[in-house]
Amino acid sequence: MSRRHVVATVDEVKPGTSKLVSAGGRSIALFNVGGSFYALADKCPHESGSLCSGRIVGLAQADEPGRYRLERRGEFVKCPWHGWEFDIRTGQSYCDPSKTRVRAYKAEVESGDELVKGPYVAETFPVTVERNYVVVEI
Amino acid sequence: MSTTVLERAPAAQRGTPTPVKLSVIDCDIHPQVKSPAELMPFLPKQWQDYARMFGGLYRQVFSDTLSHPRIAPDVARADAWPPDGSPPGSDVPFMRMQHLDANNVEYGMLMPLNRGPGNQRNLDYGAALASAVNDWQIEKYVKAEPRLRASIVIAHDDPPAAIAEIRKRAGNRNFTQIMMPPKSIEPLGRRRYWPIFEEAVAQNLPIALHVGGVNGFPPTGGGWPSYYIEEQHTNVQGMQGLLTSLVIEGVFERFPDLKVVLVEGGIAWLPALKWRLDKHWKRLKAEAPHLRLAPSEYIRRNIWLTTQPLDEPDRDSDLAETFELVGFDRIMFSTDYPHWDFDEPRFLLGKLKIGKENIEKIFSGNAKALYGLA
Repeated sequence: MSRRHVVATVDEVKPGTSKLVSAGGRSIALFNVGGSFYALADKCPHESGSLCSGRIVGLAQADEPGRYRLERRGEFVKCPWHGWEFDIRTGQSYCDPSKTRVRAYKAEVESGDELVKGPYVAETFPVTVERNYVVVEI
Repeated sequence: MSTTVLERAPAAQRGTPTPVKLSVIDCDIHPQVKSPAELMPFLPKQWQDYARMFGGLYRQVFSDTLSHPRIAPDVARADAWPPDGSPPGSDVPFMRMQHLDANNVEYGMLMPLNRGPGNQRNLDYGAALASAVNDWQIEKYVKAEPRLRASIVIAHDDPPAAIAEIRKRAGNRNFTQIMMPPKSIEPLGRRRYWPIFEEAVAQNLPIALHVGGVNGFPPTGGGWPSYYIEEQHTNVQGMQGLLTSLVIEGVFERFPDLKVVLVEGGIAWLPALKWRLDKHWKRLKAEAPHLRLAPSEYIRRNIWLTTQPLDEPDRDSDLAETFELVGFDRIMFSTDYPHWDFDEPRFLLGKLKIGKENIEKIFSGNAKALYGLA
């Protein structure tokens, strides 16, 4: 059975930034890409670098030597260690797409008045009806 | 049905590594100054004034930096900046938390690259700087963190000064080895450097050759590379050239007890170099009759290598086979902390199916034997 974890308020993670959160005992890197929230396991599959401290980047592409373009700005996270790039929306690796993927979790925004209706297990994160929250499903 | 759980976020915006169980000896850790002023108190007044008025001078247009831009500022892991924003590697408590404790480091060998004393054009300034870097390693790092060991930095283009510096430190067990930049004015096998090798043998200290240095020459035989990817790979070409020079010039014939550690130059190229040098030697030994052994025999006897950056073939079994060809007793674990191409001990463990005994040798046994650590 999946559980839904309230991990942050919406205004804690500004667009273009990330935040390390914890849900169900797991470290999760939470990203805000243009107002949408995405959650990845905070562990690079290569050598376990912490993705929440990686730079958020675009994809540098080239059709031929000397012709470059930057695509999909802000949609990739680059591991802080060896620079492996992952699609924040899916966890798919850009360096090794066929074999490597970071676990991605469903992240949604819900209003406080919806959340307080339950059912939920109240731990330590205070929820008020006036605010919006990011909920990660594990 | 799903249940919603409310969670509190951890305080720090940084993943905390899970401690690894196996203890390791890390043969490549980079210390760093918080600012250039940090080295000043270790320099005599004359050289403090010199550093302020003139500064360092390498054989390149830039005085205190590298020839190529790297992937990241300070060549560092993006998560290696201490909370106060000071440079990666410059804060001992942070290094202890992020690396020494987290990765269960039993001993760590410091590899200071700071200000490149060995490549300074002003040899007297280079010698003063080398001595300052040596005192600084002890005062700042080894005294605060007894797991760390210093390397004797020398200005190798002034062998008498280099020998004086080695003698000043020899006998102090906080120094485990002599460190020279492999990029020197002439290939390191040339006789101008032999007095240093002689002193290393006399003091029973290994010589560590950590990739890098600034000697004004392009790092490839074909000229300057355009990309960092190319420049990264010149570490391998450079190590091959360096090792070929040491072997063919007869360094290991003259100094059979010399121990040389090649740091951060890779490993997988070594078997191919041995095969090729042996082949050439068999046909051409009339040119170098001083070589009584095959090149591969000197390499097997006198050379140690460190693991990082680990070669990553598609099949892990290829790596295990390569390690066997190099010699399980000649490979020592290293991370390169806090640099961006850091290798995690758990990562290496997962790759190598070579038996518990060989794993233990690579992670600590070989370094203990080489450096005489308990």
